[in-house]
Amino acid sequence: MARDAALPIAVRQLTKSYGTLRVLDAVDLDVQRGEFLTLLGPSGSGKTTLLMMLAGFVRPDCGSIRFGEREVIRLAPHKRDVGMVFQNYALFPHMDVAANIAFPLKLRGIGKAETKQRVEQALELVKLGGYGARRIYQLSGGQRQRIALARAIVFEPRILLMDEPLSALDKQLREHMQIELRQLHERLGMTTVYVTHDQREALTMSDRIAVIDLGRIRQIDTPKAIYERPANRFVAEFIGESTFITVDVDAVGCSFNGVPLTLASQPSRKGSHQLMIRPERLTILEHAATAGINVLPATVTAAIYQGDSVLVQASLSDGKIVSVRASASARVPLVREEIYLGLKAADTYLLPVEERAA
Amino acid sequence: MSHEAGLNAKGLRRDALAERLILFSLSGPAVLLVTMTMLVPVGWLFWLSFLDDAGGFSLEHYQRMLVQPSYGRAFRITFEISFITTAICILLGYPLAYALSQLPRRVANICMIAVMLPFWTSLLVRTYAWLVLLQRQGLINTWGIKLGLWDSPLALVHNLNGTLIGMIHIMLPFMVLPVYATMRSIDRDYLKAAANLGASPTLAFWLVFLPLSLPGLVAGALMVFILCLGFYVTPAVLGGGKITMVANRIATDIELFFNWGAASSLGVVLFILTGIILYAASRLVRLDRFLSGGGA
Repeated sequence: MARDAALPIAVRQLTKSYGTLRVLDAVDLDVQRGEFLTLLGPSGSGKTTLLMMLAGFVRPDCGSIRFGEREVIRLAPHKRDVGMVFQNYALFPHMDVAANIAFPLKLRGIGKAETKQRVEQALELVKLGGYGARRIYQLSGGQRQRIALARAIVFEPRILLMDEPLSALDKQLREHMQIELRQLHERLGMTTVYVTHDQREALTMSDRIAVIDLGRIRQIDTPKAIYERPANRFVAEFIGESTFITVDVDAVGCSFNGVPLTLASQPSRKGSHQLMIRPERLTILEHAATAGINVLPATVTAAIYQGDSVLVQASLSDGKIVSVRASASARVPLVREEIYLGLKAADTYLLPVEERAA
Repeated sequence: MSHEAGLNAKGLRRDALAERLILFSLSGPAVLLVTMTMLVPVGWLFWLSFLDDAGGFSLEHYQRMLVQPSYGRAFRITFEISFITTAICILLGYPLAYALSQLPRRVANICMIAVMLPFWTSLLVRTYAWLVLLQRQGLINTWGIKLGLWDSPLALVHNLNGTLIGMIHIMLPFMVLPVYATMRSIDRDYLKAAANLGASPTLAFWLVFLPLSLPGLVAGALMVFILCLGFYVTPAVLGGGKITMVANRIATDIELFFNWGAASSLGVVLFILTGIILYAASRLVRLDRFLSGGGA
């Protein structure tokens, strides 16, 4: 399908309350034509509710949803013409694989010969050619996932919704399917909204990520921007590991507990700021004095060998514990050993000061 | 070293055997009871059906069934009544079970108690209660005429109508229970998926919900049908002597003619016919397909 056939989605002021619990709070969201957008958030954040509203299964209290030019907020689910992959796949157990995939085609009055051909094409696309006659219970979890995908795209919907489609698979298969789904999206180019609570999955697959919490979108941006420049503490803590240390900014520069630091950019506001530290951006230095790098003295509290890396926890001069992910080939430091941690100026990021308390 | 002679092998084998013995002994009393009250008498009746009055082997009881039209009539009316009762129970019970399955579980549980309520009184009491309601001067005819719905008393009892009304009432819970249980177990995501793929609610019902609820429907229909085949009290009381089902015929043979052989042969034929129906139904609807594919 051509990319220009995909439809953009525009969500405005979408709100839903269950009693006093506000599940979605006036959400605005734009999904570009052909974009892969992930709704990422903890359970209960409202991400699934938002997806279900796009599919038409949950009725919002108010708001607007447009697919392209068309307002669909009051449109029944079976008239929305969006593909959807359910968390538990929802493959019909009383039909074989081919009948499952043919189901949407049959409902659209497509002839037998064309149906047969398109079913086989869809099966080829998900690399399960020749599986048409299998029963659903004969399939493995990964195969069911592919069939559910084939069924969702066989009628060439212009929007594809996915509700944690990989959460039931084991880790290896999940990582494999992430790449495969991403490649498939690049081939088909349909506007895709993907729900997950797995931040790594979101980072791997998405063009953009919308981080949702308590019914609000806390940040929407590319994976790189979300990871490296989180808009607030929630996003920073939800995505990747992070530690925050309090630093002071004055006219001269920035300092942590009396130790001067060089920042990537000087903030305009003076006073105390939160400096975000990612474990993999810290290095364990051989010598205290290294040019062009910020040095933080610390005491090792734990050092754990993890195969691909060594996780070191160390307390800084103010007692704050930070995590450091060091190369596995490096020497594993001893507990209570005095070490020096290096942080490049380019890797420093001060959290924006939030205007209102979250 | 072979594993039979391995470390502790003997003791472990003995433990396994002991566990199996305990399990078997738990089912012992029930097995004994069924043998005493079921297998022995049935076997004895089976034996009796092949004996003539003098005690010699004969097929006269079975031959009589073929020759005398009253026996054929009894079988025909039995199957007719069972079939109609089952059909109406499906028509009444399926929508009821569906409505219940869509309610919140707590509310549905309360409603299920209401469905089960008739079981709290004996079948005989309920049957006589219908007699009170349905007779010429009964509650329904009195009110129907008072309200001007009909002019002269309707013949609601002492005939096929009364028998059917009573049997449907008694059988309905046996239909609702398995259908409801099956419908409850149908994941709602199947219906969402059907809608998402373009099926209107009506089409989603016919293409997805009905086929998935079929195992429960078949189980309920079989249960109702087979229980109907052996009905005695309701046709006897509400049929007014005009409805002779096989069970009533058996009673007559024993009480009136004291012909145990004839009664036994009826029982044997009904037993075999029921077996054939069960077998045919199980072949017709491959229940295992649905059941093993039910999980996500």
